[in-house]
Amino acid sequence: MSDVLVVAAHALRESLRRRVFAVVVCLTLAFGALYAWGTDELFQDVNDFGPNQFGLDPRVLAGATILGLAMFGTLFLGVVLAVFLTLGAVRGDAERGLLQPLIVRPLGRRQYLAGRFLAAATVAAAYVLIVYAGAVVVTGVLGDWWPTQPVGAGVRLAAAVVVVAALALLGSIFLSANANGIAVLMVFGAGLLGGLLGSIGDALGSHTLQTIANTASWLLPFEALYRDALRVLVSEVPGVTGAIVQLGPLGGSHDAGPLLLPYTVLSLAAVGALAAFAFGRSDL
Amino acid sequence: MASRSATGGRIERARPRLHSARVPTALAVTGLTKRYGTTHALRGVDITVGEGELVGLLGPNGAGKSTLVKIACGLVRPSGGTAEVCGAPAGTEGARRALGYLAELFRFPGWASADELLVLHQKLAGSDGGAAERAELLELVGLSEARDRRIETMSKGMQQRLGIAQALVGRPALLLLDEPTSALDPAGRRTVRGLLEELRGRGIAVLLNTHLLSEVERVCDRVAIIDRGVLVAAGRPDELSRPGGVEVVTASGVQAFTAASREDVPAIVERLVHAGERVYEVRLVRSSLEDAYLAALEAPPAA
Repeated sequence: MSDVLVVAAHALRESLRRRVFAVVVCLTLAFGALYAWGTDELFQDVNDFGPNQFGLDPRVLAGATILGLAMFGTLFLGVVLAVFLTLGAVRGDAERGLLQPLIVRPLGRRQYLAGRFLAAATVAAAYVLIVYAGAVVVTGVLGDWWPTQPVGAGVRLAAAVVVVAALALLGSIFLSANANGIAVLMVFGAGLLGGLLGSIGDALGSHTLQTIANTASWLLPFEALYRDALRVLVSEVPGVTGAIVQLGPLGGSHDAGPLLLPYTVLSLAAVGALAAFAFGRSDL
Repeated sequence: MASRSATGGRIERARPRLHSARVPTALAVTGLTKRYGTTHALRGVDITVGEGELVGLLGPNGAGKSTLVKIACGLVRPSGGTAEVCGAPAGTEGARRALGYLAELFRFPGWASADELLVLHQKLAGSDGGAAERAELLELVGLSEARDRRIETMSKGMQQRLGIAQALVGRPALLLLDEPTSALDPAGRRTVRGLLEELRGRGIAVLLNTHLLSEVERVCDRVAIIDRGVLVAAGRPDELSRPGGVEVVTASGVQAFTAASREDVPAIVERLVHAGERVYEVRLVRSSLEDAYLAALEAPPAA
């Protein structure tokens, strides 16, 4: 275990010293400022709306929609961070000659992978939780709308980036850093597209599109986690407003059922086992 | 061992083995093979490195030297045969605990200082040497002044010396050095040469993979020459080099007696003087390790 922590600490120290975190903090502050500005403008406009005949609550609609958008932005930033922390962990570092001096130490290859995963997953998950919490607070303070289950949605969002970090680490065993980064971001995009198709399928009643979306959700659980996070966020909004916000931004909310979180844990274990097996057999 | 024909000059490949029977074994490689698809990188190589021995591994590019070293330190899995480090199969934790390694193409994190790099490797090697070990290693490679200097600001030669210090963290019994002097200037090479001799004095076994024959000739106890995955010649440097005759410098120029030996010198000089030549110098010629190396590579494969 101590070897795992040594590798994780080394990876984190590298990110700190390379000023990765400084860049991330600056860009996130910019994102937060823009989000606060946009939210403030939105709620000022919404407060001018009068009562409407459909029973729509404009404040709830605005709050849920913009926080849903913020969740997508947070997920995207978290995924980019997770990918950049892991994309060259094995093949990329081996090609640069960074990996070999570490791997010939008594440290095992599994411990190395575990350390890199621990560092990336911790940083990306913490980042997502902090940015998401900031968005919730901004939305609540500026618009006086608070989600009823903010923690559940945040946990699912954090779990989604952990899944992406694991996939990027697995990819780093087979692909060079550039190829892996491109591949993982394309897989991420494909997963979101699957979710979008699912929403369209739900609206049109198309079983084919729903099947595609469900398959994508189980193959790429980060997508299912994101849509489930949106569901948790708006699950207790009643009436017409609730029906509309459940359509949500960029894929919409979707109830993946109670097996999603256990399945995510199992899929992480499967990805970890595959990565350990493949890395153990690869020549460096 | 390589054998020469009676006519001299050519070394015939006779499945040489590089064994050290007189000292405990730090590295034992037996019948080692490695295939990459249809390419045979190693075809049954036998090499041993005894405790405190300094063995040079020579061969042209693509001969399989780096593959052999990588198998020994567990970076590459063999297709056949065995490699053991201090009695533990290569690649196992026991084997990795006993060795230090400097790769041919290595890089250290540029943001770290020399001291931070050594701290990291101390943690990974489980070394309890602390600051004293780090100071000793940096002094050994002549980098005491660069203790807190960031690696990215160091020259390639300094990084190579730091690499040797890194490989020595935890006092390994076997040091595997893959081209450790490739980026060094003559002064740096001399430093490394002295370092290798000191390591031998401390009882550390070294397998030195290099193209620099002069380095090997000066410091190595034994030499192994690999070509196309086969060990083609092995032995002490003085065993591999051979007498090359006698050269006599006279007033009329240098006269070569290629078949002559030391015992023939008085008669040759007497004959020349008798013929009216003025003799200024007599030289006994020995083939260099370079000659032996080239001869080994040109020899036909063993039947």
